[in-house]
Amino acid sequence: MQTGRLSNWSKSFLSLGFLFLYAPMVILVILSFNESRLVTVWAGFSTKWYGELLRDPQMLGAAWISLKIAFLSASAAVVLGTMAAIVMVRMGHFRGKTAFASMITAPLVMPEVIIGLSLLLLFVSMGQTLGWPGERGIITIWIAHVTFCTAFVTVVVASRLQEMDQSIEEAAQDLGAPPWKVFFLVTLPIIAPALISGWLLAFTLSLDDLVIASFVSGPGSTTLPMAVFSSVRLGVSPKINALATLIIVTVTMAVFVAWWIAQRSLKQTTHISK
Amino acid sequence: MSDAASPMLEIRHISKRFGELSAVNNVSLTINKGEIFALLGGSGCGKTTLLRMMSGFETPSEGSLLIDGEDVSKVPPYQRPVNMMFQSYALFPHLTVAQNVAFGLKQDKLSKAQVQAQVDAMLKLVHMTDYAKRKPNQLSGGQRQRVALARSLAKQPKVLLLDEPMAALDKKLRSQMQLELVDIVESVGVTCVMVTHDQEEAMTMANRVGVMHEGEIMQVGSPSEIYEFPNSRHTAEFIGSVNIFSTKVLHVGAEASQMSCADMACRLTVEGGVNALEGAQLEVAIRPEKITMARTRPEQEDNWVQGKIHDIAYLGGHSVYHIKLPSGMIVMVTTTNINRHAQRLTWEDDVYLYWSAASAVVLYQ
Repeated sequence: MQTGRLSNWSKSFLSLGFLFLYAPMVILVILSFNESRLVTVWAGFSTKWYGELLRDPQMLGAAWISLKIAFLSASAAVVLGTMAAIVMVRMGHFRGKTAFASMITAPLVMPEVIIGLSLLLLFVSMGQTLGWPGERGIITIWIAHVTFCTAFVTVVVASRLQEMDQSIEEAAQDLGAPPWKVFFLVTLPIIAPALISGWLLAFTLSLDDLVIASFVSGPGSTTLPMAVFSSVRLGVSPKINALATLIIVTVTMAVFVAWWIAQRSLKQTTHISK
Repeated sequence: MSDAASPMLEIRHISKRFGELSAVNNVSLTINKGEIFALLGGSGCGKTTLLRMMSGFETPSEGSLLIDGEDVSKVPPYQRPVNMMFQSYALFPHLTVAQNVAFGLKQDKLSKAQVQAQVDAMLKLVHMTDYAKRKPNQLSGGQRQRVALARSLAKQPKVLLLDEPMAALDKKLRSQMQLELVDIVESVGVTCVMVTHDQEEAMTMANRVGVMHEGEIMQVGSPSEIYEFPNSRHTAEFIGSVNIFSTKVLHVGAEASQMSCADMACRLTVEGGVNALEGAQLEVAIRPEKITMARTRPEQEDNWVQGKIHDIAYLGGHSVYHIKLPSGMIVMVTTTNINRHAQRLTWEDDVYLYWSAASAVVLYQ
């Protein structure tokens, strides 16, 4: 009796929580199939806005730019983040380690507006003194995204490295593999799940970013979130709902894959450490 | 084994300091070919640091290390003719059992057929042939240990290092694996250095034991030498249990020496002379199983005490009695429970304890 009532209580609170989190998205997804031109008035089921979306060159162009930037940022962030994580976890203590660790993870807590503004100032002054970058565009957005994505990848990879039994790497050395070979034959395959989930995380973060990109973009480098934001300011078109639905589906799938990989590797390590 | 006495591993005045902390302090040690040597000590005594210097993961602050006559002090771990079995076994989780064993061989640029032949031989040696295609997380603790052993023997190292080899196993499996591991190591004939904090493990497995304490080697000897003739209070107390009497030397003779002890009503006699002047303070150790317990006073003049039974621990095969002397000192005595229906002594009984002069060991440190 007692536990039944308790679990009913927690059930209803849980559903309230889910409602709070997911109701807006569910409404958006439903409205993306709306026949009507008016966003908030339901007039029957239709997929015409998805068709409209595919015929909008501006949106498609922005989506293509965003995907390109997200792919390149995630890839670069994984390389840099892995290197940073190895320095933090495996190199022992060195002078300036604390400063290094806090600087590399600073973008996690720094407001995006500040990151965007400071990078803009950097690019402008570099352009004036060094002559590069002469014009802001895809390259500057890429650099900006790599900066903050690296922070996230570092955290993910560092925690995986910390969990990993260091004697596994020592065993590889003991068996005759020099350090660089140990890294590629042993460390990398073992931390690979963390690299993949770090890459997916960086990819979604970059795809998603509006604030920083707005600061450092230039003509001809409008990303998808920027295009959406500016079109919403002119009035919400049902087309945007369709686009948002597609983004939700993509991000959900990426997050799910990342979670699945993390779970699988967790299972493997818990078996090993037993 | 004609070359049994020739040295394989020589440690010359090695020290290791971590900042202010001295982990290993001026240790010299020679380990012979084909020998199983155990470094025994409590946690933090420097035994693991010494082992890691042999494997190359730590560089000595001072001193040198020779393997088969060659100075390897500056050689990195991946170029030393030494392989180690790690405490956690450190199997590669992403490789199969066969790939784990093959890992070291592949680093030597052997042909595929040679690698395969050696892997098969090693798996056969540790009875793991049927598990070649399994991943480490599909094996039990004992099976993982066999794979780790096969992997560290695959490259036919000159010295095999074992870091707490039984620590990850449960007690029953441990005693079985101890003997099996010794059989395998002896059949291969490799020189073996192991580190352990478990005195039983060291005495079961090793030909010689080195007792370490605070970064130094206190005593080196065969298990029975270390048990029967400990040279220091620390060794005597670390290996097994012991009763220690504080005495004052009365007379030093060639046949026997006499001492007085505040805890005893009679004199304490030890066999042979002692290396001390008359009037000097000495500690004398007597193992609990070398003491006889009786209700009546023994006939011998020396080496007895009288007391009350303070505590009894019945352990099945034998019992441990704690006897309280009038001075307050507690003496431990072990008796073997030979007779099932014997009327045993019980709490608060008055008893006499006595031992022969040959049983007492003088501790000089």
